[in-house]
Amino acid sequence: MAPKKKTNTEDYLQMYRQMVRIRAFEDNANQLYLSAKMPGLTHMYSGQEAVAVGICEALEDTDKITSTHRGHGHCVAKGAEFKEMFCELLGKAEGYCRGKGGSMHIADQSHGNLGANAIVGGSMGIATGAAFSAKRLGTKDVAVCFFGDGATAQGLWYEVMNMAALWSLPVIYACENNGYSEYTKTEEIAAGSLTARAQAFGIEAHSVDGQDVLAVNELAQKLVARARKGEGPFFIELKTYRYHGHHVGDINRDYYRSKDEEAEWKITRDPIVNFGKWLEAEGVLSADELVAINDEIKADAKAAVDYALDAAYPPTGEVDMHVFAGVDHALSYV
Amino acid sequence: MSREITLSKAVNEAIAEEMRRDPAIFLIGEDVAEAGTPFKVLSGLVEEFGPDRIIDTPISEPGFMGIAVGAAMTGSRPIVDLMFGDFLFLVMDQLCNQAAKTHYMSGGKLQVPLVLRTNLGATRRSAAQHSQSLHALVAHIPGLKVALPSSAYEAKGLLKTAIRDDNPVVIFEDKLMYNDKAPVPEEEYLIPFGEAAVLREGHEITLVATSSMVQVALKAADLLDRDGISAEVIDPRTIVPLDEETILSSVRKTSRAIVIDEGHQNFGITGEIASRISEKAFYHLDAPVVRMGAMDVPVPFSPALEDLTVPTPETVAENARLSVRGELFHAA
Repeated sequence: MAPKKKTNTEDYLQMYRQMVRIRAFEDNANQLYLSAKMPGLTHMYSGQEAVAVGICEALEDTDKITSTHRGHGHCVAKGAEFKEMFCELLGKAEGYCRGKGGSMHIADQSHGNLGANAIVGGSMGIATGAAFSAKRLGTKDVAVCFFGDGATAQGLWYEVMNMAALWSLPVIYACENNGYSEYTKTEEIAAGSLTARAQAFGIEAHSVDGQDVLAVNELAQKLVARARKGEGPFFIELKTYRYHGHHVGDINRDYYRSKDEEAEWKITRDPIVNFGKWLEAEGVLSADELVAINDEIKADAKAAVDYALDAAYPPTGEVDMHVFAGVDHALSYV
Repeated sequence: MSREITLSKAVNEAIAEEMRRDPAIFLIGEDVAEAGTPFKVLSGLVEEFGPDRIIDTPISEPGFMGIAVGAAMTGSRPIVDLMFGDFLFLVMDQLCNQAAKTHYMSGGKLQVPLVLRTNLGATRRSAAQHSQSLHALVAHIPGLKVALPSSAYEAKGLLKTAIRDDNPVVIFEDKLMYNDKAPVPEEEYLIPFGEAAVLREGHEITLVATSSMVQVALKAADLLDRDGISAEVIDPRTIVPLDEETILSSVRKTSRAIVIDEGHQNFGITGEIASRISEKAFYHLDAPVVRMGAMDVPVPFSPALEDLTVPTPETVAENARLSVRGELFHAA
């Protein structure tokens, strides 16, 4: 990790805390699955924290993001609270979406998160449209479209990149290349280079170490500022790693990736451990202070989980609410 | 004050009036600006509103549909022009998985105020990929409203309502009716969704007809009148929401019904409406409810074949006669 000047202590602390919050959220979500307390499946973001945090810390609250099925990290990084997130994961009424979305559709419009999306690549149009609105309505907002390497195989991306480039839209396409498209190595699904694909549309493309939160943030700060000035769109490939399987139930995965490979990333390239070491080496925080932060966040997460486990499910009468805006109950309408 | 204008002009007026009223509205699609669409429905709009609000796109239906969804979620009110209804298959994910579900999946926090304008209708000799009537596909998806205007008057009033709705609305125009004139008030008016129109009163049989089939039903009613059979013609105008009560109260009066729609007959709109009549007015019925949709074949090119696939005034009138005489569906 490159040496930095110690002028941004608060920013560093915020980035560290946010990465730890994501890891704590995911560790708890995984336990909820393993202990059969969570309905359905979920996809863990652990290992990729520096991507969401490095980028979202370069955004304003009103800037928009679109997220993916592996979206808890984006949601936390854009400012969401544990309590409403765990409630959503457990299908409770106090969840961000009143329990109607769950893990794969969690959205938090109060902080500009237009939602996770369970269709791979499904939000590429939405992010581009948010940038289109921002430009047309003059809001100066920037939109970041998070997606994985797997989504680069969807045709929609090339359609919207073409229009984003033609119309100079303030959108940043952030491709989290975690090496695997579900259960398949990325090199088996992606011909050529991903950056070259964006460059073919005349879009400025960057590649960055997605385990280095400072490198991600530095690049994001520059590109967000330029997008805000009308110099977009941009593409970033962030090389990162998914610690868990494709989803929490993908336990036995030797057939597509080795335990040695996983251990190598976790031991030598963990974004939180490495950033913590750097903060310590730079004298920003002591080892004890790092532990104290970790413990405090773990306690917060546990309290939120306990709250969510006891929280009420939505009343059954809500099942046909929110089908149509302005219609209380859809079944008496259609 | 009423004057007669074409359906095309009615659509154009609706868009222009609404765009003057609300700067959040823009229109996006292929060849919508200078070209004004292949049907010339939008001619003149780019001159008034400029290329920033009448936006020509590349030939990328999923792309511009997705952009419209995202724009609608963030303060804009897009009108998407989908050149042919057949292209709905290209935008299905963005329309049905994204636009239709966003409000629900977000627990009511996000809205998608978007209008998708497209068309339906065969017998234009355009063959199987430019002739389909696919409104049943989208009516099947919760979260989408579906409007089916059958005249210039309805096209204008329903489109203005669609544009002001805070939900995704798909509105199908009959592409063969763009040049048909009808009386349209000079004054502003809107047609509320979920209110059927009784276009002709009668007491022996109810003809429920949508979009392109409304004129077919009205002509059938004329033919029946000559035979001394009194037919009532109802145009639902929107199928989501559906004004079930107007249809049911008509059937309770006439005791017979035929449902006519240009979508394919199997698993379609005719089946849905016929089923609701059978469930809710069964004890008033004197005859089975008849479904008349488009033939369940891809639309053929040859005029000799294509004309066989769509209900006509004659075929509707013949089924009505059999219904009134109690001769429907008797086993040979």
